[in-house]
Amino acid sequence: MFEYYLSLFVKAIFIENMALVFFLGMCTFIAISKKIETAIGLGIAVVVVQAITVPVNNLIYAYLLADGALAWAGLPDVDLSFLGYLSYIGVIAAIVQILEMFLDKYVPALYNALGVFLPLITVNCAILGASIFMVNRDYNFSESVVYGIGAGVGWAIAIVVLASIREKMKYSDVPEGLRGLGITFITVGLMSLGFMSFGGISL
Amino acid sequence: MSDSQENSDSKEPATKNKDSLANILTVALGVCFVCAVVVAGSAVSLKPTIKANKELDRNKNILIAAGLFKQGETQESEIDGLFEQFTVRVVDLQNKTFLTEDQIAAANLDISKYDQRKAAKIPGMSMELSNEQDIASISRRANYSVAYLLEKDGEVERIVLPVHGYGLWSTLYGFLALQGDGNTVAGITFYEQKETAGLGGEVDNPSWKNLWVGKEIYQDGAVALKVIKGAVDKSAPDAKYQVDGLAGATLTSKGVENLIAYWMGDEGFGPLLSDFKS
Amino acid sequence: MSQNVKEVLLAPILQNNPIGLQILGICSALAVTSKMSVALVMCIALTIVTAFSNLFISLIRNSIPSSIRIIVQMTIIASLVIVVDQVLGAVAYDTSKQLTVFVGLIITNCIVMGRAEAFAMQNPPGISFIDGVGNGLGYSAVLMAVAVIREFFGSGSLFGFEILPLVTNGGWYNPMGMMLLPPSAFFIIGLFIWALRASRPEQVEEADYEIGGHTALTRAM
Repeated sequence: MFEYYLSLFVKAIFIENMALVFFLGMCTFIAISKKIETAIGLGIAVVVVQAITVPVNNLIYAYLLADGALAWAGLPDVDLSFLGYLSYIGVIAAIVQILEMFLDKYVPALYNALGVFLPLITVNCAILGASIFMVNRDYNFSESVVYGIGAGVGWAIAIVVLASIREKMKYSDVPEGLRGLGITFITVGLMSLGFMSFGGISL
Repeated sequence: MSDSQENSDSKEPATKNKDSLANILTVALGVCFVCAVVVAGSAVSLKPTIKANKELDRNKNILIAAGLFKQGETQESEIDGLFEQFTVRVVDLQNKTFLTEDQIAAANLDISKYDQRKAAKIPGMSMELSNEQDIASISRRANYSVAYLLEKDGEVERIVLPVHGYGLWSTLYGFLALQGDGNTVAGITFYEQKETAGLGGEVDNPSWKNLWVGKEIYQDGAVALKVIKGAVDKSAPDAKYQVDGLAGATLTSKGVENLIAYWMGDEGFGPLLSDFKS
Repeated sequence: MSQNVKEVLLAPILQNNPIGLQILGICSALAVTSKMSVALVMCIALTIVTAFSNLFISLIRNSIPSSIRIIVQMTIIASLVIVVDQVLGAVAYDTSKQLTVFVGLIITNCIVMGRAEAFAMQNPPGISFIDGVGNGLGYSAVLMAVAVIREFFGSGSLFGFEILPLVTNGGWYNPMGMMLLPPSAFFIIGLFIWALRASRPEQVEEADYEIGGHTALTRAM
């Protein structure tokens, strides 16, 4: 059993990396990867939010939305899965808001360090994407926890690596037209190609 | 309250305080209500169509595997008519038998709603495979499977079985169609896979799928069908047990071979199919 | 605040392209462009969602309290996306299977939220709708351009019609496999941005450092 979860975890980080294989969360990925410190901050925030939202969305889907999920309330024929998107994004926005308030009150240092990133995470495709994948693949609760953390960690690793490369590239003689956004795209493309070498690994 | 009204910097005169509790509640409830009506309305009215599309898609794949649907020749409108000739049976994978109508009812199964993929994850409706058993890397296997039989004049002409197994990047889901003897392949199709486009993804290429027609699965009671590397030597005696491998897609090809070995073997439909051979 | 309709409609295509300059909406641009037919459906879906969400948000812009602003926008956008997703499943089932999660991800597509905040909240409904269409067009332009290249070189076809006969189908063209892999989209867009900025230098970013010469002599020169 442990092997299965480990395999799921590793798969979520490397073989199915949210940023480099599925290209989710690209906007913030490219916009916030100029400095390593900010990238690390955003990465950690993403891991925390993923670790909370994916399992919570799993519970909501399993007990409220799925076909037959409302059997415990005496409504076994009701299928509310079409409300999925609305509910996931609502949950994500709510959890990010709560997390913000929690950090502001109890861990102000972290709150200040993350600054504007926390609200930005709500619109990060990777967060919603992870919840949608979790539903599509029918994960149960424990799988959701492992997958949520893994997906977040994968995204965080990718953005920190990109930030390190971009910091080095500041000293390179990049052609004017490619400067900034252009060369970043090409770099990410190469990183993505590199991550494809993880395919075929099975634990 | 009036302070914020005077201080509010607005281009047009603020006729009501936007941030008052009353307004927040009104807007929130109003937006929720309108959105709920629109979303629920579209979902309820479109649900039957979407469900029908899904079924049509699955039936089309079954027909493609059985060789009754030719891409480009057969019309979409013919699918329902063609599929009606099939009988849907439930297979008990543990006891290796077909279930009768009574047994299906006793097991609380609703054929129209039975989802083998979902069932494979429910502990009560599936079993975990050990490393030795799990040739196709699917981890768990549902206890029941659906099978589609085409009978004409009392003779079984086609047996279409759902198969799945892991390739390189993803699990391949498909249908394998056999002729009435339970041994000769009538066709194969993979309707869901996320293999490398152009390489492993070619499992869904009609030219490759055509190579399977006429191949035999069993030799002396054991699964002999293999996907070999490179092209098959047509003159070799064993050629009927071999299919050309996919160029540049060794792992996906191996995945296909493995899933055939599992589902046609003793753990899968093997014992069931031996009844047809006799 | 009445801007020229033509300006609002056409500016996002080259001058203020959401993908090329505003860095919005990239995620889906990369993932759905291996086939032109799939990309086209995505473009239409996004344009419809952006235009109508701009319209609806603009209609109630004066009543939305600032404390629930973001969530109200999201609710409207998410509802629109659900409706579009349902319609797709009913009308074009095969394509909806290929788009999989990406239609749902339009909800978090930065273009939709970005335009809602930046334009619809401050402008009347009519012009907001046009702005939504304009940005949708800008997005579509990049997506279709990438899709043309990827499908043509990767599969030898355009919109599913075979143009260069593939070796696997008995022809001569050995397809450029990498074009079908996701990273190629990154490279193509990077090159597009280069071309765009070479022709419109006002979009070039400022350098962080002025790179000096290698030796004291070249520096002195």
